[in-house]
Amino acid sequence: MSTNDADTATDPHGDHGHDHEHPAFLAHHFDTPEQQYDSGKLGMWVFLVTEVLFFSGMFCAYAIFRMLRPEVFEGCSQFLNTTLGAINTGVLLFSSLTMAWAVRCAQTEEYKKLTTLIATTLSCAMIFLGVKAIEYSHKWEMGLLPAGMFSYDPAHPHHADAPNYLLWICLPFALIFLGTLIWLISSIVKGNKFQTACLKPLTIVAFSFFIGIGLGTILESGNKGESHSTASDSTEHIESADHSSEIASVGHSPESSQGGHTEYGVMERLAVDATNSGLKNELKALDAQSELATGTVVLDHSTDVDATIKRAPRDFLTPSRAGVFFSIYYCMTGIHAIHILAGIGVLVWLLVRSVRQDFNRQYFGPVDYVGLYWHLVDLIWIYLFPLLYLIR
Amino acid sequence: MSAGLNIPGGTVRDPGFPTERENYLTNSKGVLSWLFTLDHKRIGVMYLIGVTMAFALGGLLALALRWHLLDPDGTLFTNNIYNQVFTLHGAIMVFLFIIPSIPAALGNFLVPIMLGAKDVAFPRLNLSSFYLWIFGAIFFVMALCASGLDTGWTFYTPYSTTTDTSVIMATLGAFILGFSSIFTGLNFIVTINTMRPPGMTWFRMPLFLWATYATSIIQVLATPVLGITLLLLVAERTMHIGIFDPEYNGDPVTYQHFFWFYSHPAVYIMILPAFGIISEIISVHSHKHIFGYRFIAYSSIAIALLGFLVWGHHMFTAGMSDMTTIIFSALTFTVSVPSAIKVFNWLATMYKGSISLTTPMCYAISFIFLFTIGGLTGLHLGTLATDQHLHDTYFVVAHFHYVMVGGTLVAFLGGLFHWWPKMFGRMYNENGGRFSAFLVFLGFNLTFLPQFILGSRGMPRRYATYDPEFATLHTASTHGALILGIGLLVALIVLLMSLVRGKKASANPWGGATLEWNCTSPPPFYNFERAPAVGDPYDFHSIEWDEENERYVTVDPERKIAPEEEPTTEPAHADKKH
Ligand SMILES: [Cu+2]
Repeated sequence: MSTNDADTATDPHGDHGHDHEHPAFLAHHFDTPEQQYDSGKLGMWVFLVTEVLFFSGMFCAYAIFRMLRPEVFEGCSQFLNTTLGAINTGVLLFSSLTMAWAVRCAQTEEYKKLTTLIATTLSCAMIFLGVKAIEYSHKWEMGLLPAGMFSYDPAHPHHADAPNYLLWICLPFALIFLGTLIWLISSIVKGNKFQTACLKPLTIVAFSFFIGIGLGTILESGNKGESHSTASDSTEHIESADHSSEIASVGHSPESSQGGHTEYGVMERLAVDATNSGLKNELKALDAQSELATGTVVLDHSTDVDATIKRAPRDFLTPSRAGVFFSIYYCMTGIHAIHILAGIGVLVWLLVRSVRQDFNRQYFGPVDYVGLYWHLVDLIWIYLFPLLYLIR
Repeated sequence: MSAGLNIPGGTVRDPGFPTERENYLTNSKGVLSWLFTLDHKRIGVMYLIGVTMAFALGGLLALALRWHLLDPDGTLFTNNIYNQVFTLHGAIMVFLFIIPSIPAALGNFLVPIMLGAKDVAFPRLNLSSFYLWIFGAIFFVMALCASGLDTGWTFYTPYSTTTDTSVIMATLGAFILGFSSIFTGLNFIVTINTMRPPGMTWFRMPLFLWATYATSIIQVLATPVLGITLLLLVAERTMHIGIFDPEYNGDPVTYQHFFWFYSHPAVYIMILPAFGIISEIISVHSHKHIFGYRFIAYSSIAIALLGFLVWGHHMFTAGMSDMTTIIFSALTFTVSVPSAIKVFNWLATMYKGSISLTTPMCYAISFIFLFTIGGLTGLHLGTLATDQHLHDTYFVVAHFHYVMVGGTLVAFLGGLFHWWPKMFGRMYNENGGRFSAFLVFLGFNLTFLPQFILGSRGMPRRYATYDPEFATLHTASTHGALILGIGLLVALIVLLMSLVRGKKASANPWGGATLEWNCTSPPPFYNFERAPAVGDPYDFHSIEWDEENERYVTVDPERKIAPEEEPTTEPAHADKKH
């Protein structure tokens, strides 16, 4: 415990004034700056624990559905662009570096550097969102949506009548950029130095979103040039991958129908004869039973009996299969993106305070706490990237 | 300071009464000074008013339900309305009343004062969690007005994803309330960790703080999981994400796992602070040191941690594997060990104590009776074989009402009567208080004992009508509910009357030794000028009854300065210059 006035505290009717100085940044209910800093830090850590648990629900959902249908996850992760994911990982890692450096600068009272570093962190966050916008809009156009809205059709991957999603995502960011730009110009004209100092970096930050958009577009089209010339490039690429997996599954399925199901393999062979409808029904019942026993049974329309063994790996591009993968993908990355947005909010607040030179050797808590939060958001992405993009 | 008492050997310490400028209730005036206050005491009082109103609403709904069940065919509602009423009763009572009742209302008031601190660690966060609570409550009321809600408070899928009642509104309300709860818990964890006064080690903390700490751990660890579950449920309804919805290959039992991963620990959010209150009341009103302090403290933490491992006992009939059910059943039994430790320690504290049968003590004693019944009937439900029969019957209803109402509500009332003089500076009519405790005890048992029998005879829960053979027991239950309602009304009247014509309360009306009795009643807005001296919170040796002024005072033993002679004014090593 950092308080040292235990001996004076035993006298309840001593002098009533505060004998130690109370600096402006120290809240009235704390005794020392150390106590205030420790409280804030512990509070932030506890908050981060709740954040981890908040995401844990979705990681659980991921684990459960991956366990139930690994082939769906394998197939669907090929729709995700690894290059864009990797770029975003790099961007976020770099932003963590600048954030940690910013904490150091707040402690050493180097305000210029602090402002620059916070602005860099913010720009990285914006680039991340820009790249994400490219990824999202591309998938939405193809109908790769959560289960209820999933409308992907391998034959016609690009919906002709789809709205221009990218434009709609860019619109608010463009407005923000224009707003900051106009505000910046007016503050320069008015000669408001403080506002100018705040808005200069913020304008660059707002513009960074479009750097991300540009980066994403270039990388997407780079892929295009390699494979095919038409618009259905990456999907066709995926389709060819799909064909190869199909071949693999064809090679695999007779094995599984004989080797895997030895308990009623003979019956199965007899049931191939169309006249043996009774046997077919019995097999149906046995299948349902074994599914019940493993706990995988769920109301599934697409799992009619003739589809169970041979067709399952092939047609995973249905709402109830790929759709669920994309549900999980959008939930996880979407809520992560919301956290990035929240981070951007608090970082802007930090930037303004940094321009105002609020922080000093004894009071740098807010930078430190926001830094911790930012590292956690980064860390969650570090888990999301391999789980969704890389593991095949 | 008052002198001239006939207490030998010592100086009497008593803070007296606050001036109007110091009193936290009167030091600033106007509605805005309350709405934007950062004072934890005022926030606690606002919570108290809020949860009382939520409780009144939930209670009236409960009475309406019981009234409906007077007749086997139902007297008041159609079946649909009945579903909506019991859903709202459950949801309001759980999310708006029980979870915030003790931690947010009493806890907010007491935690900093018991720590000798000026406020909680994050006063602004504290106020914002109050407003989150208000917002959540508004969402709930809107769900009520919009199109009813008939899923039960658990929002089980697949029904909640298919019904067209206002599930989204209610789940968003619960989501917001969850954040309110998380922030309160976070605040208390940090406050207790970093703001203890010098001398208050972990094992010199009042047990109420231990209980609050354990509760806060659960709030912080479990509530986010509920948050994401409800968010996924909203996404399921709006976008059909197919995680819970069987139509898209989802698994409704996954929802149950997620939900109970929060909601079982949540029952400890409800009951643990009640344990803390009872530990305080029993010790103070028996005027005896608490028995087994460390056991009670550790058992709170043990319950908090074990509580995370037993959620499956709500799903024994949902089709888990045998092995899983056996493990969950066994783990469920282990939770009863720390709970029993507490009960035995309370009884041992009362043994050979000089018990004053004050109102708080009456409530505490009825808590011990009711909670023991509630806890022991839990064992029937944790046993796999008997649960097959009792699952989803009135037995379950009676069991959790014994724990939630007989436990938490009774402890909340006991705590309210115990700290009322401290909160508002007025003494209430003791006989009126005792009478309310008696009515509550009587009415409660008459309501819920018959429900155990109903359940074991096969009456399913949540049914709007029933077989005529159950009529007698249902009628008894309804009459009990009326008595219970009257008892609660009496308690409310007694407390409100005290504000008008109650006698001024002294700083220490019961003879407690924890720090909150060291400041005036009601406390000044700054609580303590400095952190007071910390001793054993259950050592009553220096607390004496002052007959003349009808109050308890702290008597400091006469201290002598040793050595007696004045030290020389000249430093001994004056010649040695550094
Ligand atoms: Cu439980």
